[in-house]
Amino acid sequence: MPVVSQVTCPVCGSFCDDIEVIVKNNVITDVRNACAIGAAKFLDYANHRSVKPLVRKNGELVEASLDEAIRKSAEILIDATYPILYGWSSTSCEAIRVGLELAEEVGGVIDNTSTICHGPSILSIQDVGISSCTLGQLRHRADLIVYWGCNPWSSHPRHVERYTTFSNGRFQKSTWRAYVSRLGGILSKKRLRRAVNLVLRRDVFATPEISRELPYTMFKKKRKMVVVDVRKTHSADVADYFLQVEPNKDYELLQAFRMLIADEELDVDRVAGVPVETLDEIADVMIGCKLGVIFFGLGLTMTEGKLRNIDAAISLVRDLNRRTKFLIMPMRGHFNVAGANVVFTWQTGYPFAVDFSQGYPQYNPGETSVIDILCRDETDAALVVASDPVAHFPKKAAQNLVKNPLIVIDPQTTPTSLMADVVFPSTFVGIETEGTAYRMDHVPLPLKKIVEPPSNCLSDVEILQRILHEVRRLGSKRK
Amino acid sequence: MPKLKVSLLTGRTVDQGVGKEHGKLSEEYQESVAICHMDPEDIKSLGIRENENVKIITNFGSVVLRLVKSPTAPHPKIVFIPYGPWASLVMNPETHGTGMPSLKGIPAEIEPALEERVSSMLDLLEEHYKRE
Ligand code: SF4
Repeated sequence: MPVVSQVTCPVCGSFCDDIEVIVKNNVITDVRNACAIGAAKFLDYANHRSVKPLVRKNGELVEASLDEAIRKSAEILIDATYPILYGWSSTSCEAIRVGLELAEEVGGVIDNTSTICHGPSILSIQDVGISSCTLGQLRHRADLIVYWGCNPWSSHPRHVERYTTFSNGRFQKSTWRAYVSRLGGILSKKRLRRAVNLVLRRDVFATPEISRELPYTMFKKKRKMVVVDVRKTHSADVADYFLQVEPNKDYELLQAFRMLIADEELDVDRVAGVPVETLDEIADVMIGCKLGVIFFGLGLTMTEGKLRNIDAAISLVRDLNRRTKFLIMPMRGHFNVAGANVVFTWQTGYPFAVDFSQGYPQYNPGETSVIDILCRDETDAALVVASDPVAHFPKKAAQNLVKNPLIVIDPQTTPTSLMADVVFPSTFVGIETEGTAYRMDHVPLPLKKIVEPPSNCLSDVEILQRILHEVRRLGSKRK
Repeated sequence: MPKLKVSLLTGRTVDQGVGKEHGKLSEEYQESVAICHMDPEDIKSLGIRENENVKIITNFGSVVLRLVKSPTAPHPKIVFIPYGPWASLVMNPETHGTGMPSLKGIPAEIEPALEERVSSMLDLLEEHYKRE
């Protein structure tokens, strides 16, 4: 049976490159090494795909020829005075490059999904810099891994196994076995509790208060993992220590750590709900490690303080580097969101929220970012590529998006494509089309073509090139 | 009717990730995102049970969701909704000049909504995003 090996998984920012896919008669029959989300992508992608271009006529989306859909899209973009071109993080760098050309041609605003994801992190990195590295280094060397405001177990299911705590590096070994034996203990305690509750009909153990005490594993020389979050996630179950912070108090906690690391006294008993003694102990563990890393997620970028939280986190890492070696990295969501930032920056100088309405690139998040433009109701058309803003934008922004002409390029039917005026079913990049994407640590890797796409489906690159060509042709005619 | 003031979080779950790969219009997707996770003690204080419906109200809108006992309790007064069109109905669009809306830590009220139905994806689109 033909096995395609070393396939990259076009789902999350972990961008695993060790997937094996079994193909029989142009159909994927099995997937090895992928997590549940990755496997669902490879095995189910074909079930809900659309294959015909659609154009809205008399309020209904009806099948249309490709040429008609291309012409309609070009007209929408030319007629608009301030169109938005949005999405880009789930397609290839090659498609993003054409998208930027199109944005410049039509004088629109081009923005990628990092605007509602790690946008604040990027703003902060532009302000204060970042000490980062590749995931390979962390796999081999990191002995203290902190996940702050992120839940890799659910959002990047193989991150812990491939790059951090459960990976077997050259200098740091996986702590998987220790976890499994700990898990045995936890499970039997749970079972006992359930049995006792059943027999006595009351909860003798009651809801366990989260223990603040550091377990002995935190003081051992081997690799350890800390999770900082407002609730005990599945990742926290895997960690050696879970530090529960009160909602919207991350900034205080980060600054408290900075003070403790600088050997200063805190004249309060608790910060963000955590006793200062506990913080002191954790600060000691941070200083005592050989190579530490903080991975941070939307728990930091989306809560109160936004980019200032990231400033504090990066500053904490900078301070720690005076005492030991410490690094920091954002947990990027989509498989090519880092690539979108990289290609945007090559081409325009700015990583997201780029406005071409004056004929040259302008960048001012808060003003030129899509959510703000939509909430101010300033746009009059949109092109969405490989993204689903109707499902993920706050209601007001999504409502203003769908009331204008909308073009969607997406292999799947989504809430956004159902609301569109023109829909192009494209090929699945990384399954039916090749390309390039950037992993969260900015390492570029190839996306493979594993199976042939349905005969009339074009790739994002081809569709965008044809729209661009048509825009130029119609534009010069009108002049 | 009992009401509870809570802090609202949104985020990813494995189920949401898998559901979305089954297709946004699939039942799996709706089952995995038109829900909210709540602390068992909070559920008790509202006087309802798992799988019954609740209504979440913020300054920005309201939504009816199926209640699920949180697998990660205890987290009193914190309610979690997976990303998706249902969560988007109650999110704060204010970006404070960063481009980024506030999708976590939003003050909200939650109340039982036994009589009300969780809207399906198509109903939701029809109701909130219908084009003239
Ligand atoms: S962790 Fe992410 S990239 Fe890796 S297999 Fe799972 S979904 Fe794919």
